Amino acid sequence: MSVRSSIAVLAVLALVGLLVFGLVSKGGSRVTVGEQAPSTALPRLEGGGEGSLAAYKGRWVLVNFWASWCEPCKQEAPALEEFQRQHGGGKFTVLGVDTRDLSGDGREFVREYGLSYPQLRDGDGGAAHDYGTTGVPENFLVDPTGKVRWLLPGPVDEQYLTEQVEPFLPKEKS
Amino acid sequence: MRAASKVVGLCLLLAATAALAAPSAMGAERASLTEIEKQVMCPVCGTLLQLAESPQAQREKAFIQRLIAEGKTEAQIKDALVAEYGEEVLALPQDSGFSLSAYVVPIVAFLVAAVALALGVLRWRRAGNSGRDGPTARGPKGDDAERLDADLARYDL
Repeated sequence: MSVRSSIAVLAVLALVGLLVFGLVSKGGSRVTVGEQAPSTALPRLEGGGEGSLAAYKGRWVLVNFWASWCEPCKQEAPALEEFQRQHGGGKFTVLGVDTRDLSGDGREFVREYGLSYPQLRDGDGGAAHDYGTTGVPENFLVDPTGKVRWLLPGPVDEQYLTEQVEPFLPKEKS
Repeated sequence: MRAASKVVGLCLLLAATAALAAPSAMGAERASLTEIEKQVMCPVCGTLLQLAESPQAQREKAFIQRLIAEGKTEAQIKDALVAEYGEEVLALPQDSGFSLSAYVVPIVAFLVAAVALALGVLRWRRAGNSGRDGPTARGPKGDDAERLDADLARYDL
Protein backbone atom coordinates (compact mmCIF):
# COMPACT_ATOMS: atom_id res chain seq x y z
CA MET A 1 0.00 0.00 0.00
CA SER A 2 1.40 3.41 -0.96
CA VAL A 3 2.04 6.14 1.60
CA ARG A 4 -0.82 8.20 0.17
CA SER A 5 -3.28 5.31 0.49
CA SER A 6 -2.13 4.66 4.07
CA ILE A 7 -2.74 8.31 4.99
CA ALA A 8 -6.21 8.20 3.41
CA VAL A 9 -7.10 4.99 5.29
CA LEU A 10 -5.81 6.46 8.57
CA ALA A 11 -7.83 9.64 8.02
CA VAL A 12 -11.02 7.65 7.38
CA LEU A 13 -10.36 5.46 10.45
CA ALA A 14 -9.79 8.56 12.60
CA LEU A 15 -13.06 10.08 11.38
CA VAL A 16 -15.00 6.87 12.07
CA GLY A 17 -13.33 6.62 15.49
CA LEU A 18 -14.39 10.17 16.34
CA LEU A 19 -17.98 9.46 15.29
CA VAL A 20 -18.10 6.25 17.36
CA PHE A 21 -16.58 8.05 20.36
CA GLY A 22 -19.18 10.80 20.02
CA LEU A 23 -22.02 8.30 19.94
CA VAL A 24 -20.67 6.23 22.84
CA SER A 25 -19.93 9.21 25.09
CA LYS A 26 -23.28 10.85 24.37
CA GLY A 27 -25.50 8.58 26.38
CA GLY A 28 -24.63 5.89 28.90
CA SER A 29 -26.68 2.72 29.03
CA ARG A 30 -28.45 1.98 32.30
CA VAL A 31 -26.64 -0.46 34.58
CA THR A 32 -28.62 -3.66 34.89
CA VAL A 33 -29.29 -6.05 37.73
CA GLY A 34 -26.24 -8.27 38.28
CA GLU A 35 -23.80 -5.69 36.90
CA GLN A 36 -21.08 -4.07 38.98
CA ALA A 37 -22.28 -0.65 40.15
CA PRO A 38 -20.08 2.30 39.08
CA SER A 39 -18.12 3.66 42.02
CA THR A 40 -16.93 7.09 40.96
CA ALA A 41 -15.40 9.24 43.70
CA LEU A 42 -17.54 12.33 44.30
CA PRO A 43 -17.32 15.29 46.65
CA ARG A 44 -19.46 15.12 49.76
CA LEU A 45 -22.43 17.48 49.68
CA GLU A 46 -21.53 18.71 53.14
CA GLY A 47 -18.37 18.67 55.20
CA GLY A 48 -15.84 18.55 52.36
CA GLY A 49 -13.77 15.62 51.17
CA GLU A 50 -14.75 12.86 48.82
CA GLY A 51 -16.76 9.71 49.07
CA SER A 52 -17.80 6.86 46.82
CA LEU A 53 -19.80 3.67 46.78
CA ALA A 54 -16.55 1.78 47.32
CA ALA A 55 -16.36 3.22 50.83
CA TYR A 56 -19.48 1.19 51.72
CA LYS A 57 -18.24 -2.17 50.43
CA GLY A 58 -19.51 -4.90 52.72
CA ARG A 59 -22.83 -3.11 53.24
CA TRP A 60 -26.05 -3.06 51.28
CA VAL A 61 -26.42 0.41 49.78
CA LEU A 62 -29.50 2.03 48.32
CA VAL A 63 -28.06 4.60 45.90
CA ASN A 64 -30.63 7.37 45.46
CA PHE A 65 -30.11 9.94 42.68
CA TRP A 66 -32.02 13.12 43.46
CA ALA A 67 -32.09 16.88 42.95
CA SER A 68 -33.62 19.67 44.98
CA TRP A 69 -35.66 20.96 42.01
CA CYS A 70 -37.33 17.58 41.47
CA GLU A 71 -40.85 17.27 42.89
CA PRO A 72 -40.95 13.42 43.12
CA CYS A 73 -37.64 13.60 45.05
CA LYS A 74 -39.37 15.74 47.65
CA GLN A 75 -42.14 13.16 47.93
CA GLU A 76 -39.81 10.19 48.42
CA ALA A 77 -37.30 11.87 50.76
CA PRO A 78 -39.29 11.24 54.00
CA ALA A 79 -39.76 7.56 53.09
CA LEU A 80 -36.03 7.15 52.46
CA GLU A 81 -35.18 8.84 55.75
CA GLU A 82 -37.59 6.61 57.64
CA PHE A 83 -36.13 3.52 55.94
CA GLN A 84 -32.64 4.66 56.90
CA ARG A 85 -33.72 5.12 60.51
CA GLN A 86 -35.15 1.59 60.57
CA HIS A 87 -32.38 -0.24 58.72
CA GLY A 88 -29.33 2.04 58.54
CA GLY A 89 -26.14 0.92 60.26
CA GLY A 90 -23.22 -1.44 59.70
CA LYS A 91 -25.03 -3.56 57.14
CA PHE A 92 -27.11 -1.07 55.20
CA THR A 93 -27.27 2.59 54.28
CA VAL A 94 -29.05 4.87 51.90
CA LEU A 95 -26.53 6.90 49.88
CA GLY A 96 -27.92 10.08 48.36
CA VAL A 97 -26.39 11.51 45.18
CA ASP A 98 -27.44 15.08 44.50
CA THR A 99 -27.13 15.37 40.75
CA ARG A 100 -27.11 18.37 38.34
CA ASP A 101 -28.12 20.62 41.19
CA LEU A 102 -26.79 23.72 42.89
CA SER A 103 -24.86 22.69 45.99
CA GLY A 104 -26.57 25.36 48.14
CA ASP A 105 -30.02 24.16 47.07
CA GLY A 106 -28.97 20.56 47.73
CA ARG A 107 -27.80 21.35 51.25
CA GLU A 108 -31.02 23.26 51.91
CA PHE A 109 -33.01 20.22 50.74
CA VAL A 110 -31.10 17.95 53.14
CA ARG A 111 -31.82 20.31 56.04
CA GLU A 112 -35.47 20.77 55.12
CA TYR A 113 -36.18 17.03 55.02
CA GLY A 114 -33.84 16.20 57.91
CA LEU A 115 -31.94 13.61 55.89
CA SER A 116 -29.38 11.80 58.03
CA TYR A 117 -27.90 9.45 55.45
CA PRO A 118 -24.66 10.29 53.62
CA GLN A 119 -24.90 12.59 50.61
CA LEU A 120 -22.55 12.96 47.65
CA ARG A 121 -22.58 15.70 45.07
CA ASP A 122 -22.68 14.98 41.32
CA GLY A 123 -22.83 18.53 39.92
CA ASP A 124 -21.96 17.69 36.31
CA GLY A 125 -24.10 14.55 36.26
CA GLY A 126 -21.10 12.29 35.57
CA ALA A 127 -22.13 9.62 38.09
CA ALA A 128 -25.75 9.76 36.90
CA HIS A 129 -24.41 9.20 33.37
CA ASP A 130 -22.30 6.25 34.56
CA TYR A 131 -25.40 4.64 36.05
CA GLY A 132 -27.33 5.43 32.88
CA THR A 133 -30.08 7.35 34.63
CA THR A 134 -32.58 9.22 32.50
CA GLY A 135 -33.88 11.54 35.21
CA VAL A 136 -34.42 11.90 38.92
CA PRO A 137 -35.19 10.24 41.20
CA GLU A 138 -33.69 6.84 40.42
CA ASN A 139 -32.80 4.16 42.94
CA PHE A 140 -30.28 1.30 42.76
CA LEU A 141 -29.85 -1.32 45.48
CA VAL A 142 -26.23 -2.47 45.55
CA ASP A 143 -25.19 -5.62 47.43
CA PRO A 144 -22.12 -5.92 49.70
CA THR A 145 -19.97 -7.07 46.76
CA GLY A 146 -20.86 -3.97 44.75
CA LYS A 147 -23.35 -5.58 42.33
CA VAL A 148 -26.70 -4.02 41.48
CA ARG A 149 -29.47 -6.24 42.85
CA TRP A 150 -32.53 -4.08 42.22
CA LEU A 151 -33.32 -0.79 40.55
CA LEU A 152 -36.22 1.56 40.12
CA PRO A 153 -36.19 4.45 37.64
CA GLY A 154 -38.62 6.56 39.65
CA PRO A 155 -39.58 7.50 43.20
CA VAL A 156 -40.02 5.01 46.03
CA ASP A 157 -42.47 5.16 48.94
CA GLU A 158 -42.55 3.39 52.30
CA GLN A 159 -44.66 0.51 51.04
CA TYR A 160 -42.44 -0.04 48.02
CA LEU A 161 -39.30 -0.01 50.16
CA THR A 162 -40.83 -2.50 52.61
CA GLU A 163 -42.01 -4.84 49.90
CA GLN A 164 -39.17 -4.57 47.37
CA VAL A 165 -36.00 -3.58 49.21
CA GLU A 166 -36.39 -4.89 52.74
CA PRO A 167 -36.48 -8.59 51.68
CA PHE A 168 -32.91 -8.25 50.36
CA LEU A 169 -31.52 -6.93 53.64
CA PRO A 170 -30.13 -9.00 56.52
CA LYS A 171 -32.92 -9.85 58.98
CA GLU A 172 -31.39 -8.52 62.20
CA LYS A 173 -31.00 -4.75 62.55
CA SER A 174 -27.41 -3.89 61.79
CA MET B 1 15.75 67.77 23.80
CA ARG B 2 15.58 66.28 27.27
CA ALA B 3 12.17 67.91 27.84
CA ALA B 4 10.87 66.43 24.58
CA SER B 5 11.97 62.92 25.53
CA LYS B 6 10.33 63.38 28.94
CA VAL B 7 7.03 64.31 27.26
CA VAL B 8 7.26 61.32 24.93
CA GLY B 9 8.02 59.05 27.89
CA LEU B 10 5.04 60.42 29.80
CA CYS B 11 2.76 59.88 26.78
CA LEU B 12 3.94 56.28 26.46
CA LEU B 13 3.33 55.70 30.16
CA LEU B 14 -0.19 57.10 29.89
CA ALA B 15 -0.94 55.01 26.83
CA ALA B 16 0.30 51.85 28.56
CA THR B 17 -1.78 52.62 31.66
CA ALA B 18 -4.87 53.18 29.53
CA ALA B 19 -4.28 49.93 27.65
CA LEU B 20 -3.92 48.00 30.90
CA ALA B 21 -6.97 49.65 32.44
CA ALA B 22 -9.26 49.02 29.45
CA PRO B 23 -9.81 45.26 29.92
CA SER B 24 -10.41 45.61 33.66
CA ALA B 25 -12.90 48.40 33.02
CA MET B 26 -14.70 46.16 30.51
CA GLY B 27 -14.66 43.26 32.99
CA ALA B 28 -16.15 45.51 35.65
CA GLU B 29 -19.24 46.14 33.50
CA ARG B 30 -22.41 45.03 35.22
CA ALA B 31 -23.33 41.48 34.21
CA SER B 32 -26.78 40.84 32.79
CA LEU B 33 -28.94 37.73 33.01
CA THR B 34 -30.03 38.14 29.38
CA GLU B 35 -26.42 38.08 28.19
CA ILE B 36 -25.33 35.19 30.40
CA GLU B 37 -28.40 33.12 29.48
CA LYS B 38 -27.17 33.13 25.89
CA GLN B 39 -23.77 31.75 26.88
CA VAL B 40 -24.64 28.95 29.26
CA MET B 41 -26.64 25.74 29.08
CA CYS B 42 -29.39 24.22 31.12
CA PRO B 43 -27.56 20.93 31.91
CA VAL B 44 -30.73 18.92 32.41
CA CYS B 45 -32.56 20.19 29.28
CA GLY B 46 -29.47 20.19 27.03
CA THR B 47 -30.47 23.58 25.56
CA LEU B 48 -29.35 27.15 26.03
CA LEU B 49 -30.54 28.49 29.36
CA GLN B 50 -32.22 31.29 27.43
CA LEU B 51 -34.60 28.73 25.88
CA ALA B 52 -35.13 26.57 28.96
CA GLU B 53 -38.07 26.77 31.33
CA SER B 54 -37.57 23.61 33.42
CA PRO B 55 -37.45 23.77 37.24
CA GLN B 56 -33.66 23.24 37.09
CA ALA B 57 -33.34 26.13 34.63
CA GLN B 58 -35.38 28.36 36.93
CA ARG B 59 -33.00 27.57 39.80
CA GLU B 60 -30.01 28.28 37.58
CA LYS B 61 -31.46 31.63 36.52
CA ALA B 62 -32.17 32.53 40.15
CA PHE B 63 -28.57 31.59 41.02
CA ILE B 64 -27.25 33.89 38.28
CA GLN B 65 -29.51 36.73 39.40
CA ARG B 66 -28.31 36.31 42.97
CA LEU B 67 -24.67 36.58 41.85
CA ILE B 68 -25.50 39.63 39.72
CA ALA B 69 -27.09 41.24 42.78
CA GLU B 70 -23.90 40.49 44.69
CA GLY B 71 -22.01 42.50 42.07
CA LYS B 72 -20.18 39.57 40.43
CA THR B 73 -18.84 40.03 36.91
CA GLU B 74 -19.89 37.89 33.95
CA ALA B 75 -16.63 35.92 34.12
CA GLN B 76 -17.03 35.30 37.85
CA ILE B 77 -20.60 34.10 37.34
CA LYS B 78 -19.56 31.71 34.59
CA ASP B 79 -16.78 30.39 36.82
CA ALA B 80 -19.32 29.84 39.60
CA LEU B 81 -21.60 27.95 37.19
CA VAL B 82 -18.68 25.77 36.06
CA ALA B 83 -17.89 25.03 39.74
CA GLU B 84 -21.50 23.91 40.23
CA TYR B 85 -22.27 22.06 37.01
CA GLY B 86 -18.89 21.40 35.36
CA GLU B 87 -17.58 22.76 32.06
CA GLU B 88 -20.53 21.38 30.11
CA VAL B 89 -22.62 24.25 31.42
CA LEU B 90 -20.77 26.58 29.04
CA ALA B 91 -22.38 26.87 25.62
CA LEU B 92 -18.97 27.67 24.15
CA PRO B 93 -15.80 25.94 25.39
CA GLN B 94 -13.32 28.05 27.37
CA ASP B 95 -10.36 29.53 25.48
CA SER B 96 -7.72 28.03 27.75
CA GLY B 97 -6.30 24.61 28.61
CA PHE B 98 -7.57 21.56 26.77
CA SER B 99 -10.80 23.38 25.80
CA LEU B 100 -8.68 25.61 23.56
CA SER B 101 -8.41 22.65 21.18
CA ALA B 102 -12.10 23.16 20.33
CA TYR B 103 -11.06 26.38 18.59
CA VAL B 104 -7.58 25.40 17.36
CA VAL B 105 -8.39 21.98 15.87
CA PRO B 106 -11.02 23.22 13.34
CA ILE B 107 -8.68 26.02 12.18
CA VAL B 108 -5.76 23.60 11.77
CA ALA B 109 -8.03 21.09 10.02
CA PHE B 110 -9.28 23.83 7.69
CA LEU B 111 -5.72 24.92 6.85
CA VAL B 112 -4.59 21.34 6.23
CA ALA B 113 -7.64 20.73 4.01
CA ALA B 114 -7.02 23.99 2.11
CA VAL B 115 -3.35 23.10 1.50
CA ALA B 116 -4.30 19.56 0.44
CA LEU B 117 -6.94 20.96 -1.93
CA ALA B 118 -4.50 23.49 -3.41
CA LEU B 119 -1.86 20.80 -3.95
CA GLY B 120 -4.48 18.52 -5.49
CA VAL B 121 -5.64 21.22 -7.89
CA LEU B 122 -2.05 22.04 -8.88
CA ARG B 123 -1.29 18.39 -9.56
CA TRP B 124 -4.52 17.96 -11.50
CA ARG B 125 -3.78 21.01 -13.67
CA ARG B 126 -0.26 19.78 -14.35
CA ALA B 127 -1.59 16.37 -15.32
CA GLY B 128 -4.18 18.06 -17.55
CA ASN B 129 -1.55 20.14 -19.35
CA SER B 130 0.79 17.22 -19.98
CA GLY B 131 -2.18 15.22 -21.32
CA ARG B 132 -3.02 17.99 -23.78
CA ASP B 133 0.57 18.21 -25.07
CA GLY B 134 0.86 14.47 -25.46
CA PRO B 135 -0.89 13.76 -28.79
CA THR B 136 0.77 16.74 -30.49
CA ALA B 137 4.20 15.65 -29.42
CA ARG B 138 3.68 12.01 -30.31
CA GLY B 139 2.53 11.96 -33.92
CA PRO B 140 2.57 8.92 -36.21
CA LYS B 141 5.99 7.91 -37.40
CA GLY B 142 7.50 6.15 -40.37
CA ASP B 143 4.99 4.28 -42.57
CA ASP B 144 2.06 5.55 -40.52
CA ALA B 145 3.09 9.17 -41.12
CA GLU B 146 3.39 8.57 -44.84
CA ARG B 147 0.02 6.85 -45.03
CA LEU B 148 -1.61 9.70 -43.04
CA ASP B 149 -0.11 12.29 -45.39
CA ALA B 150 -1.35 10.33 -48.39
CA ASP B 151 -4.86 10.05 -46.95
CA LEU B 152 -4.98 13.73 -46.19
CA ALA B 153 -3.76 14.57 -49.69
CA ARG B 154 -6.47 12.34 -51.19
CA TYR B 155 -9.18 14.32 -49.41
CA ASP B 156 -7.53 17.58 -50.41
CA LEU B 157 -7.53 18.89 -46.89
